[in-house]
Amino acid sequence: MAWVPFWPATSAVSGGVVNSLFVAELGVCAAILALVFGLIWVFCIKYRRTAPAGRAVPSQRSWAIEIGWTAATLAAFLGLFVWGASIYVWLYKPPPADLEVYVVGKQWMWKIEHPGGQREIDALHVPIGKTVRLVLASQDVIHSFFIPAFRVKHDVVPGTLETMWFRPTQTGVFPIECAEFCGTQHAHMLGEVVVMEPAAYARWLTQQGPEQSLAQQGEALFRKHGCSGCHGANSTVHAPSLAGLYGRLVHLSDGSSVRADERYIRDSILLPKKEIVAGYPPIMPSFAGQIGEDELMKLIAYIQSLGPKEPAP
Amino acid sequence: MTIASAELPFDLPASYLTERQSLLSWLLTIDHKRIALLYFASITAFFFIGGFAATLIRLHLVSPQHGFLQPDMYNRMFTMHGIVMVWFFLIPSIPATFGNFLVPLMIGAHDLAFPRINLASWYVFNLSGLVLLYLLLMGGVDTGWTFYTPLSTTYANGYVVAAAVAVFINGFATIMTALNFVVTIHRLRAPGMTWGRLPLFVWAIYATSIVMLLATPVLAMTLLLIGMERLMGVGVFDPALGGDPLLFQHMFWFYSHPAVYIMILPAMGVISELVTCFARKPIFGYTGMTYALMAIAVIGFFVWGHHMFTAGMSVFAGIVFSLMSFLVAVPSAIKVFNWTATLHKGSIGFDSPMLYALGFIGLFTMGGLTGLVVATLALDVHLTDTYFVIAHFHYIMVGGAVSAYFGGLHYWWPKITGRLYPEIWARAAAILMFLGFNLTFFPQFILGYLGMPRRYYAYAPEWQVWNVLSSAGASILAVAYLMPLVYFGWSLLRGPRAGTNPWAATGLEWQTPSPPPEHNFLHTPVVTVGPYHYDAATRGGIAQNGAVCG
Repeated sequence: MAWVPFWPATSAVSGGVVNSLFVAELGVCAAILALVFGLIWVFCIKYRRTAPAGRAVPSQRSWAIEIGWTAATLAAFLGLFVWGASIYVWLYKPPPADLEVYVVGKQWMWKIEHPGGQREIDALHVPIGKTVRLVLASQDVIHSFFIPAFRVKHDVVPGTLETMWFRPTQTGVFPIECAEFCGTQHAHMLGEVVVMEPAAYARWLTQQGPEQSLAQQGEALFRKHGCSGCHGANSTVHAPSLAGLYGRLVHLSDGSSVRADERYIRDSILLPKKEIVAGYPPIMPSFAGQIGEDELMKLIAYIQSLGPKEPAP
Repeated sequence: MTIASAELPFDLPASYLTERQSLLSWLLTIDHKRIALLYFASITAFFFIGGFAATLIRLHLVSPQHGFLQPDMYNRMFTMHGIVMVWFFLIPSIPATFGNFLVPLMIGAHDLAFPRINLASWYVFNLSGLVLLYLLLMGGVDTGWTFYTPLSTTYANGYVVAAAVAVFINGFATIMTALNFVVTIHRLRAPGMTWGRLPLFVWAIYATSIVMLLATPVLAMTLLLIGMERLMGVGVFDPALGGDPLLFQHMFWFYSHPAVYIMILPAMGVISELVTCFARKPIFGYTGMTYALMAIAVIGFFVWGHHMFTAGMSVFAGIVFSLMSFLVAVPSAIKVFNWTATLHKGSIGFDSPMLYALGFIGLFTMGGLTGLVVATLALDVHLTDTYFVIAHFHYIMVGGAVSAYFGGLHYWWPKITGRLYPEIWARAAAILMFLGFNLTFFPQFILGYLGMPRRYYAYAPEWQVWNVLSSAGASILAVAYLMPLVYFGWSLLRGPRAGTNPWAATGLEWQTPSPPPEHNFLHTPVVTVGPYHYDAATRGGIAQNGAVCG
């Protein structure tokens, strides 16, 4: 569709899917518009006051017409609803990620942290054809991470972690915009996704030359903040082991259970009284105010890296 | 203005305009018609204040790199535009003016049920307006009209609390007006004015009033919590204080989405009056129209979450809110079909009110269909918070509600003032408004799909052409909005006398002199037929057996 001047390029799997839906829906809208506007024009011309048209109205059977068009409208609308909802579910139920990148939004910049420890600001380098999962955090107000060319967007909400994913199908540079008004320089909270061939991407990763991976940095923090004192393998404190925690179903003391995702780990650090693991006393102190969003990301990356068999240090 | 109407054959009492002349007789009036005029004066002022902010925004966006507005000032301008237009123009626009003026006349009553509460509502409204002007002069507020937390409670540097106070007070004026309408429509209908004979405008005001009564208190609570968090640090919305920012969005949109229906339902009522009168036909599917109005009012309370599809709400909640949003579109579609069907076999005249009505149907349909697009979950992920949404809701709010407001103004002007206006100028303004509107807002659909976010004071160079088109349209729109000031002003002083019923319309308001006497009717009317006993096949366009005693 490059020949249409206002048709933006799509460069990710989500782009094509959303575009098809958009075109289909425009078609339905155009048909309804044509019907309504066509009838209004015809009636306005044929029944203008000076025209000698027949105006005797036959006995009204309007209820049949009304039920008819109500049913037709309802059916058409429900069809569009189902189509849109099914894509939405697909967009929000991410496939297994090849690559997980952490994004921290703050007034007015995007801080990006790669699993290998590479850091960048207002730029996100990714390889083509890989499923990239973003874990989004905000340090201050609500932002929204928007990549128009991929047709994806997700709000970045302080106090919680949100996720989104995309799989780029084309190399190049694509704008990132903040879509939720976030203060004075909102219009300059921009960035770019750089989609690279795998070899170029690998070269880029090594050129960045990080000293430590994100998980390694998290491990250092794990010791520094004293987490290992209770959650470590040699600890005598009755605290749950974190080995193999990530992605597991955790049973809570109130009888419910919850998937141990990024949000759960984050809340357990900052709000430890919120979800207490069954069989453990609620003795963990809160680290709210002591650990920033950047450090939280590293701790999460570390806990994520703890394999099921591996004993916690 | 072609159909002449005979004056009533007896001596007229003084009209409500001339009955008493002192300034105090206006400021302390309890006559619903005079209070309507007071409201006209207030909201016209706010319309031009809000329009001034929009003008600066569009001027700035012609060439943002030369930036004549600094970022903070730009943010304050769009915030002010939103606050003024939503709460100080659109919400009171039709109910507080035409609703006030017409509801008692249309149901054959002498006044609203609580005339003093009605006057008090105008003072409360102006008090809130004064607070708003104070904060404008102090430097404004930069949160957007949506006051999203924690930006508004912790980070914004404008006068957030003053803005919240202004809108909080404003809500009481809304509630007073709504309460008055509900009681009046229940209790003060003339003999024979059954619910099935109520003009659709009255039905629309009734549905609107119920939404106002149920939704506005939630806004008041939300604003109060904003004030408590900002001033006292009570943690409700800011996660740093243990609050939940999404809670704010739920509470805000629980009011603000129904508020959209507060703005559009009265407009639908106006259009039903105009289309029947100028097509000389009874409305197609009267009963269906009343059910549609009430259905919109009820379902409108369960769609608020469609503002939050990307905000981190659960997927399941997103699906439910999308479904409800499609359902609320069905009664809106029915109304469009019914207006169109009313034209069939009509005897259609294209006087200026009808031009606005036809413009309304077209623009409202565009706004409604693009509403389907943003109600579609997967599309909203791309389009939310872009100019597509801006274009969509301006088609409803400006193309819809403001067109209907101007249509109503041209239709009832002779009744309100007793004078006619130059029809040729009125038609020119109507056409100019329609063209200027489309040129302003259609390019914004394109900008939105291209990915231009809203509330950006600067944008990528390739978007300039669409922004320039939009600003060009806005300048046409500005001229079109100024034109009525001139010819209505002329009409007030020099306009020919209108007579009782210049449009040969059927409503009760047209059975009493123009302008009406202080107590509306010389004798309480007795109603024997439905509201739209037009007959396109008859000369004069009114059914012969449709006499209404005056």
